[in-house]
Amino acid sequence: MNTATSNATHRSAEEIGRTETGPRPLPELGVARLDDPPQRLDVVLANGLRLVAVRQATVPMVEMRMSIPFAGDSDEHSAVAELLATTMLTGTEQRDRILMDTDLAGVGADLHTIVDPERLRVSGSTLSSGLDTFLDVVSDALTSAAYRDAEVLGERDRLAERINVARSQPRVIAREALQRQRFGDHPYTREMPSSAEVLTVDPAVVRQLHRAAVVPNGSTLVLVGDIDLDKIVETVTKALAGWTSDRTASVLSPLPLVRGGDLLLVDRPGAVQSQIRLSAQAITRLDPRFPALQLANVVFGGYFSSRLVENIREDKGYTYSAHSSFEYTPQGAVLDIDADTASEVTAAAVLEMRYELGRIGVVPPTSEELESAREYLIGSLLISTASQGGLAGTLSALAAIDVPLDWLQRHPDRLREVTSEQVAVAAREFFAPTAFTGVVVGDAETLAAPLRALGGVALS
Amino acid sequence: MVDHQLHRFTLPNGLRVVLAPDDTAPVVAVSVHYDVGFRSEPEGRTGFAHLFEHLMFQGSESLGKLAHFRHVQGSGGTFNGSTHQDYTDYFEMLPSAALERALFLEADRMRAPKLTEENLRNQVDVVKEEIRLNVLNRPYGGFPWILLPPVLFDTFPNAHNGYGDFTDLEQASVDDCAAFFDTYYAPSNAVLTVAGHLDVERTTELVHRHFGDVPARPTPVRPSFAEPAPTTELRGTHVDAHAPLPAIAVGYRVPDPVVDLEGYLAYVVLSQVLSDGDSSRLPHRLVHGEALAIEVGAGCGLFQPLDTRDPDLFSATIIHSGDVEQARVLAAFDEELAIVAAEGPHVDELARVTARWTAALHGEHDRLISRTLAYGAFELLHGRAELSAELPELIGRVTVDHVAEAAKNLRPDARAVLTVEPTASAGDAL
Repeated sequence: MNTATSNATHRSAEEIGRTETGPRPLPELGVARLDDPPQRLDVVLANGLRLVAVRQATVPMVEMRMSIPFAGDSDEHSAVAELLATTMLTGTEQRDRILMDTDLAGVGADLHTIVDPERLRVSGSTLSSGLDTFLDVVSDALTSAAYRDAEVLGERDRLAERINVARSQPRVIAREALQRQRFGDHPYTREMPSSAEVLTVDPAVVRQLHRAAVVPNGSTLVLVGDIDLDKIVETVTKALAGWTSDRTASVLSPLPLVRGGDLLLVDRPGAVQSQIRLSAQAITRLDPRFPALQLANVVFGGYFSSRLVENIREDKGYTYSAHSSFEYTPQGAVLDIDADTASEVTAAAVLEMRYELGRIGVVPPTSEELESAREYLIGSLLISTASQGGLAGTLSALAAIDVPLDWLQRHPDRLREVTSEQVAVAAREFFAPTAFTGVVVGDAETLAAPLRALGGVALS
Repeated sequence: MVDHQLHRFTLPNGLRVVLAPDDTAPVVAVSVHYDVGFRSEPEGRTGFAHLFEHLMFQGSESLGKLAHFRHVQGSGGTFNGSTHQDYTDYFEMLPSAALERALFLEADRMRAPKLTEENLRNQVDVVKEEIRLNVLNRPYGGFPWILLPPVLFDTFPNAHNGYGDFTDLEQASVDDCAAFFDTYYAPSNAVLTVAGHLDVERTTELVHRHFGDVPARPTPVRPSFAEPAPTTELRGTHVDAHAPLPAIAVGYRVPDPVVDLEGYLAYVVLSQVLSDGDSSRLPHRLVHGEALAIEVGAGCGLFQPLDTRDPDLFSATIIHSGDVEQARVLAAFDEELAIVAAEGPHVDELARVTARWTAALHGEHDRLISRTLAYGAFELLHGRAELSAELPELIGRVTVDHVAEAAKNLRPDARAVLTVEPTASAGDAL
């Protein structure tokens, strides 16, 4: 360290890190303001569509989230569904692709579609002054998307190329490997079709799937923003009057339970970094043990101040980020733990993850850890629902799995009531190292020897 | 337009403060923008500004190594920081009951951060993992923000890699950190922004209480990073071991956004006319029309428009199939520019750009943290936090002629063209 020399142009790090008055105490928290929940309505329209609308007029915008159960068992379903989602907004009987975007842009609106094995989602936002135009375009897409051959064939080629780009992403490779490892060949694992499958899809099949599966009955529509609740039912009913079907939206079949077992090493030759992905079975939000497990998860790896992050990032520098989170599946939830680490420290990171899994069971969260996790979950709920988009997304997720919407308002109290004993029990039950399975994607030549030494890893 | 009343004052130590009360939700956001980014890092220390950002989370005189994270999250809040060309920001968003705590945390690390060898070595490792994750181990990593500047710019500040080379990162010393902090992290070189559910009088008092005795230090003199625009077409190639398809980035110089905001905004509008939505020109022609490209994008700034002072750039990126010649893609791109240059955009196109900017601004304002960061950055770079709210109107004033003129200035003989060459296999089953 520099001694005070005459030509020093700055203080030393030690001088910077202390003041004459010394350390200062952390201010106490003030009193939290509790707001009344915003006004809301929740109705089922004549066509079977469930409409949830919330007035939260912070800015003159409306956020929309539509969720249509969209499961399919056939081998080609994933490819057809993906192409449907990609081309749904490329033209209708009344509007071509350009006019759709032009009409949306004119009222400051955006609209997107995305599909996964469980649902088709149509999402967007608009200036509230343009709500009628926006809903008109939405309705147009739902009732008369044209899937013109030229558009579908053009998108088909691009989609195949984009899939190739996506499959070169390490996180996509890891996700696919994890899905196979824990769910076998259940349709839930078919998140991305192969390029070859996409290239064989006929436009007529896409049109057929739309008629059969893009249906209101069983679907939910969430609108949040600067809307008039007295008129919104009439507005939506009128806009979507033409959207009817005698079918019900298609719900995914139950998933097998995740069982613990060896991690699978997946080779990605030459990779400088590995993707570590662990998973175990969890429970739904309605299970009485859920709040306790949610708190245990936060302490384990659910936020930055967690044991896992403090260990493998802040203490050992193995990773830029590590997470532990719930993934909500069709009928329940699983726990996902992930971190990306340099090849040389991958086995060491797996060892530390297993250590932390064991530790959360036998050394339960301290009261300090628990209170921090509690404040964090309650605060994040407040923050995530303070914006129109955040609230719309949260309500859409709850509505889609039939969780009562007042679950949200009651959840802070539920979290406050959890005892440390309940958290300890949940941690022991759900974070047992033997309950987990998973994958490690990386350069097998570098990883094989240390992972073999560690054990509990299947080397293919 | 939502018009949030802004309050501003300057502490005796030079810290500029912006308060933006908004009572709609019981949450508050706090940010500090320091007027130093990766353009200012010394030669031989690429990536230093960003590495230093990591160290500012590692404890202070009053707080242990992990305490900052725990106190923010344990109060129900979220936090982060980010390093840009001309500034580095730190921020948190919390229930408003935690406002004083957030101010305390920011003041404490502005006054006396603990810069230690152990934390430095640890964060060098973490940053290297961040670079592996975002650049080295993924397709199109750093495209174009790391790869295009060295083709378009000449001088070290403008051309070098802001994430840093591993060698440079490893050589960083604690004394480098001390010098960087003392030079650039003076209160007079920063803007504090507080937005959300707050009482102006009480917050003003709290700001004085916590930041008032951070000692004043000289404000560093910011050098000019100006350099001449290219006088020829500059070419560069990057071989990407992970990318399945070739890509092109084209970069041009734009007017100084601080001195000539109106001139700059014409390029912002041009970028939207070219690439915002299916009805815009580049997707219409390159993607859906002639099927030359898989994805196209255009915009001002390495990260977002109005995020930096002079010199800034306009760039377009195109990912295209290996079956299509690069020259053909570029020629089609140039033709579209030439059409806008000759005819200008239609007035309807301009109206749509304005409508989408207005909507995007509302969206940004509805997310308190985005609004807070926009106020802070605009106050720092332009001395006008209000600019954030005024942008839709300013965008609306851009005329057909302005946009045509901007398109005319994007000349093939004064630009950078970066080519990404894939070496990966073409993926599955083509």
